[in-house]
This record gives sequence, structure tokens and C-alpha cells, in this order.
Amino acid sequence: MNSSGVKLSDEKESLIYNPKIRSIFFQILALVIVFGSLILLRHNTLVNLEDRGKSLGFHFLGETSGFSILPTFGTWVVGYEVGVSTYVDVFIIGILNTLAVGLFGIIAATLLGFTIGIFRLSNNFILRSFAATFVEIFRNIPLLLWLFIVYFAVLRNLPAKREALFFTENIGINITGLYAPAPQPLEGFLYVLIALIVGMVGCIFFIKWSTRRFLITGKKFPGGWLGLILLICLPLAIYYILGQPLNWEDPIFKSDGPVFRRGYQAGMGMMIVPEMIAVWAALSLYTAAFIAEIVRSGILAISYGQTEASFALGLRPGTTLRLVIIPQAMRVIVPPLTSQYLNLLKNSSLAVAIAYPELVSVFGGTALNQVGKEVEMIFMLMLVYLSFSIITSIFMNWFNSKIKLVER
Amino acid sequence: MSKIESNVEFVRKEDAPVLPPPINQVGLIGWLWRNGISSMINFSTITGSIQSVLMILLTVVVLYLGLNGIWTLVDFAFIQAIWSDADELKRLACATTLQGGSLPEEWFGACWPFIAAKSKLLIYGVYDIDEIWRVNLTYLILLVGIGWVVIEKMPYRFHVGIFLLVIYPIVAFVLLTGGNLEIANSTLIIMILVSLLISVFCFLIYRGFLGEGFLAAYTVFNAIRYLSIYITMVTIIFTSDFGLVTVETDKWGGLLVTLVVAITGIVASLPLGILLALGRRSSMPVIRLLCVLFIEFWRGVPLITVLFMASFMLPLFLPEGTDFNKLLRALIGVTLFSAAYMAEVIRGGLQAIPKGQFEAASGLGLSYYQTSRLIILPQALVLVIPGIVNTFIGLFKDTTLVLIISLFDLLGMIQSSFADPNWSTPVQSLTGYLAVATIFWVILFSMSRYSMFMEKKLRYEH
Amino acid sequence: MKKSFIFGAIAALGLISTGAFAGTLDDIKSKGFVQCGVSQGLPGFSNQDDSGKWTGLDVELCRAVAVAVFGDTNAVKFSPLSSKQRFTALSSGEIDILSRNTTWTMTRDTQLGLNFAGVNYYDGQGMMVPAGMGVSSGTELDGANICTNTGTTTELNITDYFRFNNMGFNLVAFEKADEVVAAYDAGRCDVYTTDRSGLAAQRLKLSNPDSHVVLPEIISKEPLGPVVRQGDDQWFNIVKWVHNAMVNAEEMGITSANVDSKKGSDNPAVKRLLGTEGSFGDELGISNDWAYNIIKHIGNYGESYERNVGPNTPLKLARGANALWTNGGLMYAPPIR
Repeated sequence: MNSSGVKLSDEKESLIYNPKIRSIFFQILALVIVFGSLILLRHNTLVNLEDRGKSLGFHFLGETSGFSILPTFGTWVVGYEVGVSTYVDVFIIGILNTLAVGLFGIIAATLLGFTIGIFRLSNNFILRSFAATFVEIFRNIPLLLWLFIVYFAVLRNLPAKREALFFTENIGINITGLYAPAPQPLEGFLYVLIALIVGMVGCIFFIKWSTRRFLITGKKFPGGWLGLILLICLPLAIYYILGQPLNWEDPIFKSDGPVFRRGYQAGMGMMIVPEMIAVWAALSLYTAAFIAEIVRSGILAISYGQTEASFALGLRPGTTLRLVIIPQAMRVIVPPLTSQYLNLLKNSSLAVAIAYPELVSVFGGTALNQVGKEVEMIFMLMLVYLSFSIITSIFMNWFNSKIKLVER
Repeated sequence: MSKIESNVEFVRKEDAPVLPPPINQVGLIGWLWRNGISSMINFSTITGSIQSVLMILLTVVVLYLGLNGIWTLVDFAFIQAIWSDADELKRLACATTLQGGSLPEEWFGACWPFIAAKSKLLIYGVYDIDEIWRVNLTYLILLVGIGWVVIEKMPYRFHVGIFLLVIYPIVAFVLLTGGNLEIANSTLIIMILVSLLISVFCFLIYRGFLGEGFLAAYTVFNAIRYLSIYITMVTIIFTSDFGLVTVETDKWGGLLVTLVVAITGIVASLPLGILLALGRRSSMPVIRLLCVLFIEFWRGVPLITVLFMASFMLPLFLPEGTDFNKLLRALIGVTLFSAAYMAEVIRGGLQAIPKGQFEAASGLGLSYYQTSRLIILPQALVLVIPGIVNTFIGLFKDTTLVLIISLFDLLGMIQSSFADPNWSTPVQSLTGYLAVATIFWVILFSMSRYSMFMEKKLRYEH
Repeated sequence: MKKSFIFGAIAALGLISTGAFAGTLDDIKSKGFVQCGVSQGLPGFSNQDDSGKWTGLDVELCRAVAVAVFGDTNAVKFSPLSSKQRFTALSSGEIDILSRNTTWTMTRDTQLGLNFAGVNYYDGQGMMVPAGMGVSSGTELDGANICTNTGTTTELNITDYFRFNNMGFNLVAFEKADEVVAAYDAGRCDVYTTDRSGLAAQRLKLSNPDSHVVLPEIISKEPLGPVVRQGDDQWFNIVKWVHNAMVNAEEMGITSANVDSKKGSDNPAVKRLLGTEGSFGDELGISNDWAYNIIKHIGNYGESYERNVGPNTPLKLARGANALWTNGGLMYAPPIR
């Protein structure tokens, strides 16, 4: 009797004490709350939009845009033309410009960041204090402020529109931009590109093959050099065989004629606008300060015993650095480095403040104003940045699994 | 014996004279040797010589760059700068002859009277001049509170910290806005009733009237009770009349907005971040997935799109006719954004707690909530202080973005003051940027030092 | 219960105001002020001084609306908005009236759910160039770099103008007007284009205002006026008639100085305007002496113009198209009758 009573209460309790049921209950509750609020949000949005005489939809993407965009990488690739190009083109131009400034920014920030990071560990007092000052100054002032400072510093120090500072005959700079010859692929240039890809694949293959051969037989084979030769010579050979199918269009600088015709001529050669230079410089300097700290802590994380041990094994200093220190330091450096790259890409959105037509500026700014589709356009913006970050985390996971310490 | 003594002739009677250390180890030369010269004067081999020459060149170039930068700055900010405008000339005080002033044509220096004239705008915005003591008081309490918490010898540091996190925001809100919010009495009564009901409910659970099952979840309900009482109290405080004049948030600006956005962002994102971090480590897959989605979404997009969303889309999401103040919208965006980063920082702290702690806690029979509240979070939260400070530094810098949605923070304020024709000269913008950069630098640099100090301290303690 | 609790919590965060769209006037009366959207700083039209006081032609229109409703020039609050934010702010109910040198176009009237309550400044887009350039006409601008604001009709007009005239150009579009001025001042562009009134205002911010000239071309029609939400005719009428009352007052020669003496006038039109005859105010849902209050506290349209943008102000804008129709301008108000 007694035992059955206890049992009964056990059963009663079991429902609420059973961890499984509790956990399922909480999860369903969470789902209901989340989906409920999403449905509520959707409902509110639709009602509000209807009130304002608007509707949801992506038809606007097919409409032609009536505004002009500053000539940049994106407009050059897409071939933007007012009244002909659509909002899809504007969207693509935005993405391309973001990627362009992001790519150049990543390259510059990496080079500068590694240099400064190594300077910080140098025993040279001057280099060390320069690096420390650099890091502390650039890290502790907001990027947006840097952007303004750099932009107006750039504008202040460049020659006026009707003058120019010439680096070579064909390359010069003034306040309207940096001018250089523009490559114009002719017929057959495609084959050169194909040769380049073949060269790359060959290069990777040679390196892998020679490494494996070295590991198995111990015989050395200069796979890297051979690959490099292939990478350079094959496209060059094709290029000359096909009769140099690449034309260089030089920029034209006029110092006489009607006043607005003086200076660099529109549409001739390659122009890089000062806005892009400013965004690029500010992003690179700012991010370099963070990269320098990452590099420094990465190298410091490798204990000196590693170096001593590898010397004791008879490895030469160069080999020690290449085979012992760098692989271990990179394991520490790469994850935060990747997130800095992602930050740089996201931070490029601040360019909206100084008229560089990247994604947020041209699509979330100008286009949004003309079309007024806030919900759809901000959604598209976020989607682009989210895919950047997803790609980055996929890379990170791949990298982490590749370099994970093999433990016994 | 004597034989032995005779041998003693060869034993030194006194210590060998101490030789001076090698010349390259002491004094100026030693310092130079240790700090770089050694790598510049190795001409014994060919590679060594090349490396030395390169090193010398590099050092010279870097030295030139550094000194040049410093000189440009000092020249602009101090040597050439105009410090006072006694005659109230305004822009003419800082104008060259070309621009109608009296300075030589090649003059290029900072125009500090411009900053002095705009200092009120930069610190308070256009806050009512008679009410500025309220902002000052808010600043003062903050400064004293932070100083108290940071200085290790102070008593009751923990309590002051809790005061800063829980009570100070209310005080600051009342001081800055004037309180006296208008909320329908019915809402207020409903809130009081709800918290009363929850309290009664908790009491019933506590006494075991509702069965063992509810008793097990008592901690949760108790937490809800405290939360509801807190919110009700806060509402009552906000709606009561303290005799303060209402100051619209439109009138806030400059440092005030920067601090309000950054501090609200960090304080409000702390509890949210803790919940998200716990959720991400939860054993329930749905909760974990939802938390991961939330965190990765906000971390994946730039703050500026979040601000656009808060500014353009938030009004659409809310029920018809509900309308938020512009500042509050930005605050919501910033809070959600920084909560995601906060969650990751706290997760790092949670991961650093050894598994044994969890096991020991459950061995003692503590529930999940008790384990989290009494064992894990107290340890983890101390561990993550440097991380939180770093997040705060990031957020503080990010507050400048609110200028893009027409809120006037420090940077936005100086930019809008460039529009004042009374002060327009070519040096106006550089002076303004320099002043704002200095303010940011001082605040951010000291915070980053504090975070480093904490990191070091925590490392030693473990 | 839960819902009200959440809303209570949101309300506790403060700074929230609720109101249905339908009865803007009732909302305004219950909250005690008019919320007015203005620019982030355009001298002469809407500009904030260091003490936080807003002045300008657009600002005075908002004050006039406040006077008409409350009899108090200070029963109004201003929200500075970027050109991008302005329509969202209006349609979301964040502001009650948008008075921010906004151009009346058909799209805005039909697609954005807005109503333009009249035109308080007839403007046209112009172009400013440095005087040293020696340019006298817009058709000489082939190959120019042009700075302007993003998110305005300006951007579209200038594109059309250059395309129509077969001229090449580069457009550098900034987010905020101050950035445009700074970039133009630094020499990034040869041309600064915006509404001519805007040019007059923005040139004051240049380091040397006198060394720039505004070209004679007017490349677009820019009727600027106050905007309200669609679907609230009462509020729409109030804003519309506040502006009309100011213009009518100028036509009748009533100024802030003589309005008290005019109150005893026998002229039936004056009597109707000042509320001594008829019940025009009541029909708008506001007090009957609404127009009297406006003229008393703000003045007529001409006074407001002269005070903020006229020849004696730094902007030095002649009345031109904004003169009364009796003086060859376009300002014409329907009669109060």
C-alpha cells in the first residue's frame, strides 16, 4: 500500500522531474515564443506598409536607375549606364566595390600589420617604439574619425584638378583620382587567362608531388621552383604567341583647352577615385594596428624552448623558423586574423560617410532613397554581409580542422 | 699541518678584483647595444654586413617617419596654433591674409578658440543651460563610481559595482530626461497587479501548495518575481514627479550621447549576453540553435546596417501607431548588436571554467540554475572582465556611427559645428577632428590599459 | 496580460509615445506640442544655433502651425532629419509635419503616401562654381566633377541635365550637406549643385564665400513645401491654411506690427482672416483667432521671408518667384471665405 502510494507520487513527479520532458517543454516554448514574435512582426510590418501605401516585393530590382554613380571598379565591370542599367546592376556594383576595397585593404593591412607586429618584438628601440605608438594611436581612435581625417588629409595634399603629380609618364595623381593605363583585353586574351589557371594548377601539383616524393624517398626535387616557372612562363608564352592580345589604354592629361577639359580626360585610362584611396588607407591603417597585436601575441605564444629544441635537433635557423615556429604561430594567428579580415570587410560600410559607392552607400543609400523599399533593401544588404561572414566561418572551420594538433 | 699551510701560498687571500662588465653591457652603450645597435654593426660577414646596412636604413626611415609625424602634429597643435580669441574675432582670429585675417599666408595651425566656443556643444549638446548641473551630476556619479570600482583598496567595491549596473541607470535616466514619463495609469496598475500576482504565486510555490514540481522550478519563478518587481519599481520611479524639467533627447548631444549610447549598450547587453551564452551552451538543441542563429546574425552584419534597420524598419515592426524616440531606436539596435558580442565573450569565460566545477556542483545536488548562479557565473564573470572592457572599447568607438542616422554624438556634433559660418576657415575641420580624436584617445587608451592590467592580474591569480 | 506587461516594460524604458494616425490634431492636442521634421542645418530655412534654438523659414512655418493650434510659438519640437530619413519619419508618425525644403513631385504625392500642403518656397536647382574658373554658363561644364547630396531629386536632375546636353561628368554624392561643402571647398569638385536657396545658404559655410558664383541656369523646378501624411484631411487642411493665412495676410498688408489695429478693420476679408467674423478656425478644429495669433507671433509670409532669407540676411535671396502674385511672383493664396 505504502509503496504504491510512493510510486504514485513518483509518477506524478516524473512528468515534471523528467529531464527529457522538461527539456522538450522548454524547447517547444522557445520555438512558440520565437515564431510567435516573428509572425507578429510580419503582421505588423504588412499592416504598417499597407497604411503607408507600400507593398513588399522585389520588382523594383528590374527598374532602371536614374542617377549616376562615381566611376569605380564596380561600374567598370558592370558597364553602368544611367537610364539603361537597373537596380540589380546597382546592387552588383555595390558588392564589387565593397569587395574591391576589402581585398586591397586586406592585402595592405596584412603587410603593414605583420611588419608592425614584428617591429614590436624587435630589439631595436626605435622600431619598437614606433610600432607601439602606431598601434596605440590607430587602435584607440574610432575608424569613422580616421576615415574623415584621412579623406580630408588626402584631399588637402593632392594637386588640384588641372594639375597632377606624375610618377611616370602614364601614371599620375591629382584630386580627381589616381590615373594609370587601363588594360583592355583583346580577342584571345581568354587563352592567356586559361594558361594562367593551368599554370596555377600545375604549380600546386608540382609542389604536392615533390613534397610527397621527398617524404617517401628523401630525395629533394625543386618542385616549387618548377611550379613557379610554369606559373609565369606558360601564360607569358601564350601571351606572346597570340601576339600580345592586351591593349593598354593610357590616361590623357591636357593642360590647355577649355577650362573643364583641362586635366585628366574622363573615360581614358584607369582612374581610382580619392574616396577609394581614403577608404582603403583608413581601413588598412586601422586594421593593421589590430593585426600587429595578433601577430605579436602569436609569436610570443610560442615558447623559446621550441627554438632551442629544434636547434638541438640540428635544424638550421631558417628551417627552424619555417618548420617549427611559423606553423605553430600561424595556428594562433590565423583565427583572429580571419575575423579581422571579416571586420575590415564589414567596416568598409563606413565608406557611406565619404561618398565611396560601396554596397551600403550606393544601394542602401542612393538607391534606397529613390525606391523607398526599406525592408527589402536592408534585408538584401544584411544577406550579403551574412554570406561574407558564413564564407569566412566555413574557411575557419576548414583551417581549424586542417591544423588541429594531432594528439595521441 | 704546516705542509698544508705552505701550500696555502697559492690560495688567494682576497677576492679577485671585480672586472667592469663588458663595455657593451652597461651604461648608454649597453642600452644601445641591447636596443638595436648590435644588429647594425655586424660587418664580420657579407650577409651580416648587408643585414646591418638594411637595418640602419630601416631604422633611419622609421625614425624619420616617426619624427616627421610627431613634428607635424606638434607644429599644428601647439607651435602654430592660435590659443585665444580675446577680441572675439571668431573666424578672423584663425584666418590668413588670403582669407581676410591677419595671419601670414603660409600659416597652418590649430584654431583652439573654435573648440572653446563649441565646448558646451561637444560635452552636452544643446542641453538646456539651466539644467546642465544634472548632466554634470550624472557624469560625476559615473566617474566616482568607476573610480571606486577600479581602485583596489576601496571597500564595498562589489556593492558599488552592482549600484553602477542596477541603480545608476535609473538615476541617470531620471536626471537626464527629468523623469515624469507619461504612462497610462491603467498600465501602471496592471504592472503592479502582475508583480503582486507573481509574488503571491511564488509564495504559494515556496510553501509547497502547488506541488513538488513547481517547487523545483522555484528559483526561476523567484527570478521572474524580482524582475517584475524591479521593472514595476523602475516604472513608478520614472513616472513620478521629481520636480525636474523635462529635457528632450533631441537636445542631447556630443559626449553625452556617446556615453549614453555606449553605456546603455553595454549595461543592457550584459544580461542578454549572459542568457545567450548560457543558451548557446545549453544541452537543448533548439535553444542552442536559436541562440547560435541570433548571435551569428548580429555578428555577421555591420553595425551601420543594424542602425539603418533600427532607424527605418523598427517602426514597421511595431504595432500600428507605436512610435519610438530616435535615440531609443538606436539604443535598441546597439544593444542587440553588442549582446551578440557580449555572449561570445561570456561564452569564452564559461568555457574556461573547468568541468570539475560543474561536476562538483551537481555532486552537491545543486540544480542547473543554482550551479549557474552560485558556481559558474561568479567565476566566469570575473574572468571575462577584460573581454567585457574590450567589447566596451569596441562599442565606444562604434557609437560614432550614430551620426549616420542623424544623432549627434561627439563626432556628429563637431561635424555639424563645421557648418557654423562664424568659424569657417580651412583649419576648422582639422582642429575639430584633432580635438575629438584626442578625447576619444584618452578615454579609450585608459580603458585598454585597464583591460590589460586586469588580464595580467587574472593570469597571475590562476 | 503578458502583452500589456511587455508593453509596460517598453514604456518603462520611456521615450515612447503612442497614437493612432487618424486624428493627428487630437494627438497633438493631447501631447501638447507639434513634432516637426527639419533639416540637419540649412541656414535660413532650418538651422540650430549653439543654444539649441531653431530658426528659419521652414522652422517658422512649423511655429505658425503650433501657434494656430496652441497659441504658443514654443509648442513645437524639432527633429533634425537627413534627406534619407525624412519620409520614413513622417510616415511612421515620428513627426507630424515635415518642413524640410522638400520638393513636391508626383511620385512623392502618389507613391510615398504623402500630401504636400502647399509651396512655401519656389526654388530651382542651380550650380555653383569657383569664380576663378571663368565659367558663365552651365553648358560649358562638360567634363566637370560635381558634388551633391545623396537621396534627393538633385541627383536625378543633374544627371538628366548633363545627359540631355551630351556632356560628361562625374557625380560625387555625399550623405550629409556638410560633407558636400567640405569636399567642394577642398577642391574635390568643380561644381556644387543643389537648390539655389540651398546654394545661397551653404556658400556661407565655405572658407571664402565671395570667390564662388552661382550660374544663371535653373535646371529644374523645385517647389518646396510642408508635407503631411495622407489620410488625415483635417490636419492636412490646418497646415495648408496656416501657410495660406500667412500669404493672405501679406496680400492684405497685415503685419505683426499692425495686426492689432487691423482687428478693428471694416474690410470683411480681413475680418474673416482675423476671426472677428465667421467661424473658420472652428471649422479647422482650432481656435477662431488662429490666423490672428500666427500674424501676431510670427508675422505674415513676407515678414518671415525677409527675416530669414531675404536681401538683408546673409543669404541675400531676392523675392523673385516668391513675391506675391500682385508683384509678379508666384505666391498666391486662395481666399478665406
